[in-house]
Amino acid sequence: MPENRDNDVRIGVFICHCGSNIAGYLEMETLAEYTETLPNVTFVQRNLYTCSEGGINEIKKAIKEQNVTRVVVASCTPRTHGPLFMSSCGEAGLHPYLFEMVNIRDQCSWVHMQLKEDGTTKAKDLIRMGVAKAALLEPQEPIMSDVQLRALVIGGGIAGMTATLALANRGYEVVLVEKQEALGGMLNRLNKLGPVMTDASGFIEGITEKITQHPKITAFTNSQVTEVQGFIGKYKVDIETESKTRNIDIGVIIVATGGRVFVPDGLYGYDGKKVVTQLEMEQLLKKGLDSNIKNVVMIQCAGSRNEERPYCSRICCQTAVKNAMLIKEQIPDARVSILYRDMQMYGVENEEMFRDSKAKGIRYMNYDPEKPPEVKPVAKSVQVSVYHSLLGQELTLPADLVVLSTPVVAQEDAVATSHLLRIPVDENGFFLEGHVKLKPLDFATDGVYLCGSARFPANIREAVAQGLGAASRASIPLSKGSVVVEPIISVLTNEEACRGCGLCVALCPYSALEIQNTEKGRKVHVIDVACKGCGVCAATCYQHALSINSFTDQQLEAQIDAFLEVS
Amino acid sequence: MLDVGRHPNISLMAYSEIEKVEGHEGNFTVTVRRKKRYVDEAKCTGCGACAEKCPTSVPDAFNTGLGTRKAIYSYFAQGIPSTHTIDPDFCRQLNGKKCGICQKTCQADAIDFDQEDKIVELDVAGIIIAAGYDVFDPSQIPEYRYSELPNVLTALEFERLLSASGPTDGHLDLPSDRAVEAEIKALEKKIGKSKRMLEKFEKKFDESSKQFYEKYNKGDYSDDKDRKKWADKYAEYLAIMEPLEDLKKKAESFTTAKRLAFIQCVGSRDFRFYPFCSGYCCMHSIKEAIIAHEHENETTSRIFGMDIRAIGKGFEEYKIRGGNNSNITYVRGRVGEISQGPNNNPVVTYEDTHERLVKSQEFDMVILATACVPTIGIIELAKILGVELDKYNFIKTSPFSPVDTNVPGIFACGCAGAPMDVPESVAQASSAAERAAEIAIQLRQVQNVQF
Ligand SMILES: Cc1cc2nc3c(=O)[nH]c(=O)nc-3n(C[C@H](O)[C@H](O)[C@H](O)COP(=O)(O)OP(=O)(O)OC[C@H]3O[C@@H](n4cnc5c(N)ncnc54)[C@H](O)[C@@H]3O)c2cc1C
Ligand SMILES: Cc1cc2nc3c(=O)[nH]c(=O)nc-3n(C[C@H](O)[C@H](O)[C@H](O)COP(=O)(O)OP(=O)(O)OC[C@H]3O[C@@H](n4cnc5c(N)ncnc54)[C@H](O)[C@@H]3O)c2cc1C
Ligand code: SF4
Repeated sequence: MPENRDNDVRIGVFICHCGSNIAGYLEMETLAEYTETLPNVTFVQRNLYTCSEGGINEIKKAIKEQNVTRVVVASCTPRTHGPLFMSSCGEAGLHPYLFEMVNIRDQCSWVHMQLKEDGTTKAKDLIRMGVAKAALLEPQEPIMSDVQLRALVIGGGIAGMTATLALANRGYEVVLVEKQEALGGMLNRLNKLGPVMTDASGFIEGITEKITQHPKITAFTNSQVTEVQGFIGKYKVDIETESKTRNIDIGVIIVATGGRVFVPDGLYGYDGKKVVTQLEMEQLLKKGLDSNIKNVVMIQCAGSRNEERPYCSRICCQTAVKNAMLIKEQIPDARVSILYRDMQMYGVENEEMFRDSKAKGIRYMNYDPEKPPEVKPVAKSVQVSVYHSLLGQELTLPADLVVLSTPVVAQEDAVATSHLLRIPVDENGFFLEGHVKLKPLDFATDGVYLCGSARFPANIREAVAQGLGAASRASIPLSKGSVVVEPIISVLTNEEACRGCGLCVALCPYSALEIQNTEKGRKVHVIDVACKGCGVCAATCYQHALSINSFTDQQLEAQIDAFLEVS
Repeated sequence: MLDVGRHPNISLMAYSEIEKVEGHEGNFTVTVRRKKRYVDEAKCTGCGACAEKCPTSVPDAFNTGLGTRKAIYSYFAQGIPSTHTIDPDFCRQLNGKKCGICQKTCQADAIDFDQEDKIVELDVAGIIIAAGYDVFDPSQIPEYRYSELPNVLTALEFERLLSASGPTDGHLDLPSDRAVEAEIKALEKKIGKSKRMLEKFEKKFDESSKQFYEKYNKGDYSDDKDRKKWADKYAEYLAIMEPLEDLKKKAESFTTAKRLAFIQCVGSRDFRFYPFCSGYCCMHSIKEAIIAHEHENETTSRIFGMDIRAIGKGFEEYKIRGGNNSNITYVRGRVGEISQGPNNNPVVTYEDTHERLVKSQEFDMVILATACVPTIGIIELAKILGVELDKYNFIKTSPFSPVDTNVPGIFACGCAGAPMDVPESVAQASSAAERAAEIAIQLRQVQNVQF
């Protein structure tokens, strides 16, 4: 049992019903009665929702009136609710790190819904373990670090340019790095921009000019980021420009590297002449179509929504409808047919464009992915045969031009970028945001943000919104000028023991460790702001020199002992 | 939500409305009406003791009327702020009856029946409209018989049924069954009252009501006034008992809904109502079908739609997973009619466009994916702010400046501008915050104003 049983360990335990999420499946009264019998527990309360304002007030009341010196909340997941309870303890005058959370919802009531008794027993175990650990908790002070007031934006497409201008307009210095020789990204290769049909080139020129003239912006084209060291607020970034490699101090980083268009080699007789991609179609339209073109067939989902690339690329249906209408504008008597699986014309503007296109005579034919269209060369043109699944008939369509709607795919160097910045990519190679619903523009790693097609195919409206949004997210540390980091980090608790072997340094996924030469020899040093407290180093160190704050060996052993005590 | 409630730089004014806006970018004066709650916000701790004691039950708007709440209530359990509000339409005290139970219960002395609306003036640099959307009322589509058939629900109602903290604790109880159960409850209450009355007689005359009634019917006690009253009461008891027994028997066979139909584009992509696509409903139907299957793995779902627009990150994969693992089938076609089948089961008549056949199928429950429509009051709000609306009454923005309205300094995000899902709304919210911050910064530079 824990030794630290001095008189001021007075533990208050709050057991949450989470409405019926927990209370519907566990014996709440039994649980509370049991908790009262645990060592050091001086106060137990059940709440309908501990996270509600009422519940929070109860915690504060217990700290003030019951003189509780450790708080344990048995409820849901610390991931969503831990910070709230901690800061509430702080507000009531109890050190926030004297708080422990036990998850009896996800780990008990949800997974053992049908087993009330067993679920309750497990909840008892978990609470007993939480209480054992709580008795050994120690205050931790948050870590502060300054933020370099300069942002790096990687990728000069519309998303990156929008983010750059927004941050510069807020008064921050921005370094924009673009791999290609000109800013503009995919838009440089487009003709007209739907749904408003503005000229792409004019639009891009306008924005590029604003960027080049802005006193706060340094834009490097034909350049690349080759090295990123450091952490939020204090990055050291190497940028290889045309003339030389520069090393620049950076506070925050926005990833706006966009995507590229899938090249359908070997699909539907793709040859770049008679059978082209929508991207090539943009150029053909820009030059002006050959007036002999009378029959055009577009094939949707060419290379997407299949086993290899299961996702829908979101923007190709809108692109097809746009280009179909532009063909009709240039050659009014052309017959344009779009072979589709689902027409993804989501929202107000797209659906409107879809309707207009039907009024203009664009023909839509539904095909079954099990029986995809076939493209055959005949004489000087091609022929597309398709099983029209709504007519139930095999149709043969003559075509002077076949246009393949191929998906936007991740950049070839996305994985390299992900290693450089230590951020994840998803199964399709797009960057993976912090939370797909609630943190679409952040990464799990602080200080790095995301926007545009680098996240997932987006149209311009969406890419601009995300560019502004990522700028907003990135501006938070910039405007505060410093970051405060959770002190649950690795600490060199036994410097003597450290032999400076560097095993931990190699394994740390966040580059938060380095070896320093000290008076006592080679020793590991923790970069506290970069450390996420994952514990890999502490688990690795055979000398037990490193330990994680709030997850010390002593605390974990107390938990295990508490578990074994009864089971 | 809690973060908003707790942030030192945010003052949250719930239950309030904008009355007037004057001024311009960087310098707006906004008049806000803080509606009376009859509860002092500063004193109320949100403990809920008042609602527990309040004798007046009211259909619960948050649970789309599927459950009940009290006349004093907080909108939903985790709501921020947790300040309670008295519903003046139902409160007994406010309608001239004697009550005031909440006032007696409240330890914080927060109840104030004489509270008035408060008018507050705010000086702000920028304004963000995030007034969201409403769902289309499907009773406007006569052939779907939403108001007639109890087991035809909207997706929002279904969402409440699926919720573990909703009116059915997450079970898919059929509304028609719930109506019977409510009836049983009401009758049981009556029976209880009636029983207590009979017990008094039984005690007085030391005889069971049943025995007495047999004798009475044979003509005994014919001119005993007291016993006549007893007999009348017993007759009344029987008159309630019989239907109650019947209903209870019926209720024994009640099960939860297992065969679900989801109907897409209800009010959307429909020239009679809203021609646009609401963007998120295909996904919420798939989500709801998957969750229903998680609750009960015999559940089967059919989703009827023209196109299944699974266009977000991971959405197509989710759709396919739903099909493979959650008994969902997708039917391409529009539903022509929903009619009454046996046992209150709705019958869906639809055209299967792939098979080119009109078919009918019986379900336990039908869920309507209703359109995302401009929020009530948006026209008035737009007038007050001077912002332009599009032809459907969403706030007008351009693809190149997606959160800017026509009025400098006023921005819009989320479904107020057009239908969109949560991640997009969140991204747009950050964009609008960015644009507003730019205004504030420029102002600070130009006028040296301190914030
Ligand atoms: C055929 C086609 C037609 C389209 N038509 C329309 C339309 O009509 N209307 C509409 O709204 N949308 C349209 N779109 C979508 C539009 O192209 C995207 O919304 C837009 O390009 C997204 O911008 P972005 O900045 O996210 O990415 P991108 O435009 O792809 O820009 C990314 C930039 O990052 C650079 N980059 C990549 N990796 C690195 C690196 N490692 N270091 C430095 N720089 C890097 C790239 O060179 C590029 O310049 C169309 C798309 C396609 C494919
Ligand atoms: C059944 C259903 C299920 C859904 N499921 C999902 C899902 O699983 N995932 C997903 O991503 N999306 C889902 N959605 C979509 C999601 O609801 C929207 O994307 C999201 O709510 C939009 O957020 P918002 O803030 O723009 O609007 P809202 O959520 O509508 O919020 C607007 C707020 O403004 C308030 N308001 C309105 N007018 C005024 C006024 N004049 N003054 C002051 N306040 C005002 C309203 O009371 C409301 O609180 C679902 C939608 C439905 C109908
Ligand atoms: S947007 Fe259209 S063409 Fe592109 S993958 Fe999705 S369904 Fe296929």
